[in-house]
Amino acid sequence: MVLATALPTEVIKIATDPTTEPFWQAAKERRLVAPRCGSCGHFRLPPTAYCPECQSGEVEWVDLSGRAQVYSFAVVHGFPGLPDITLVPAVVDLPDAPGARLVSNVIGVEPGTVEIGMELEVDFHPISDGWLLPVFRPVGAEQKESAS
Amino acid sequence: MTNGLRDVAIVGIGATDYYKRGESWPRTTTEMACEAILNACADAGLSVKDIDGFAYYSGAGAGYGEKMDTADFMEILGIDEVTFTASLTSGGGGSAGSIGLARAAIVAGDATVVVTVMALQQAKQRLGSVFAAAPATPTNSFLQPSGLSGPGHLMSVLARRHMHLYGTTRDAFCEIALTERENAQTRPKARFRGTPLTRGDYFAARMIAEPLCLYDFCQETDGAVAVITTGIDRARDLKQKPVPVVATAHGGRREWGRAFGWMGMPDEYFASAGNKPIAERLYKQAGLEPTDIDVALLYDHFSPMVLMQLEDYGFCERGQGNDFVLGGNIRYSARPRAGQIPVNTHGGQLSEAYIIGMTHLLEGVEQMRGTAINQVEGAEHALVTGGPASLPVSGLILGKDA
Repeated sequence: MVLATALPTEVIKIATDPTTEPFWQAAKERRLVAPRCGSCGHFRLPPTAYCPECQSGEVEWVDLSGRAQVYSFAVVHGFPGLPDITLVPAVVDLPDAPGARLVSNVIGVEPGTVEIGMELEVDFHPISDGWLLPVFRPVGAEQKESAS
Repeated sequence: MTNGLRDVAIVGIGATDYYKRGESWPRTTTEMACEAILNACADAGLSVKDIDGFAYYSGAGAGYGEKMDTADFMEILGIDEVTFTASLTSGGGGSAGSIGLARAAIVAGDATVVVTVMALQQAKQRLGSVFAAAPATPTNSFLQPSGLSGPGHLMSVLARRHMHLYGTTRDAFCEIALTERENAQTRPKARFRGTPLTRGDYFAARMIAEPLCLYDFCQETDGAVAVITTGIDRARDLKQKPVPVVATAHGGRREWGRAFGWMGMPDEYFASAGNKPIAERLYKQAGLEPTDIDVALLYDHFSPMVLMQLEDYGFCERGQGNDFVLGGNIRYSARPRAGQIPVNTHGGQLSEAYIIGMTHLLEGVEQMRGTAINQVEGAEHALVTGGPASLPVSGLILGKDA
């Protein structure tokens, strides 16, 4: 049985700027957070400098439960330099940050069992330079494989 | 016919040979672009020295790795002076809309003979894995780690949602691939001429990003295409029958704008090609309806995006693309029945060549001249689209001169 993984640690590099860095600093502490407008309360991801609803620059970083739901997904076979890898990149809804979505991975799962609406919970996958990447596993799934 | 803009016309088209990715080497992007421009001038009966404007798209990029530059073209080709040189932003979404940029220059009186050109030489970086090769940025760090390594991988996620919402099937994507492959069989320059595709081939093919397989992805080709636009009066004195611009639009809505990498769109945009606002503007400009379009050259980097454009442009209702396609309505026929719309009669990017939307412009012009290889008899209006990609997306309706 092939289980979907994340890309290997050394393959994933991220860059941050002052607008996005709080997201990654929180992830490093194994917390999933999302920016909420300090003025109108609208959530937005990826983080941006201004709220698209009210143009306020005020941001509150809210700790989320880590629960998510598959909105849509692909089953990707191969990546440059990694022809045999199987990935399930997924667009996930975050129920406690309505309107915000993340593009992430469902891991530790047989790709054929993933479906839209599937309930997920966050895990954190080590990537380059000591950062952690939020990824997701099916709720209640026994940990079939380490995220590393 | 007096509908629409009709103040400028396409008067010349030119192309190089088409090559499999990387195989045009040692030809360069610039040299191939120059050949296409010279060929377009010869087609129009113009001297290259008559060119005084350049209207690009994709930021004058050639693919994602290289740039085209007006000063280079002037030096190499001996163009004395330009009075307009500009580009639409972002990528292939602007291909059809670049003709609108040319029109803007001409109508404003800034330039008189404007060339639009695209060239592609992928010896160094293939487009299909362009996202994986890009250095990390604060924005793409919310996308790149997922392994969605190229545009088709992203589109596969949109396609999945469309299947979920509307019951769309892989059979419809297959029918799009088969239709375009069949159209390519009569095209001398088509990369897949002589290589027919069957339903069996399609369903046996390697899955790249499920639900999409190899044949849902367009080719990666090298080559160049150029198109020359001029004012309608001058156009009437040139060698070819003028092909008037009846309507042209580029842009799009915020809900679609960050489709590539954001994925926050509401359902009506997520499971779409982002072209509906363009369609509405085109039909309004032209005073036309979808039933007035005789041939549709739809940007086909990935087969599901053809299906979703059929919905965006009103050839069928939202969610009905599956049944519309499977009903045989997009197949080429010289005399289509009411309700049918021949799509990508040139074989498209799936089966002829991928020059980032430019081959659709060539085919639209040939259909309006009446010289297309797979000619739709008596066709009065051709739709040409750009994208679906990051904004702008774009569209163009071409017509016949009175």
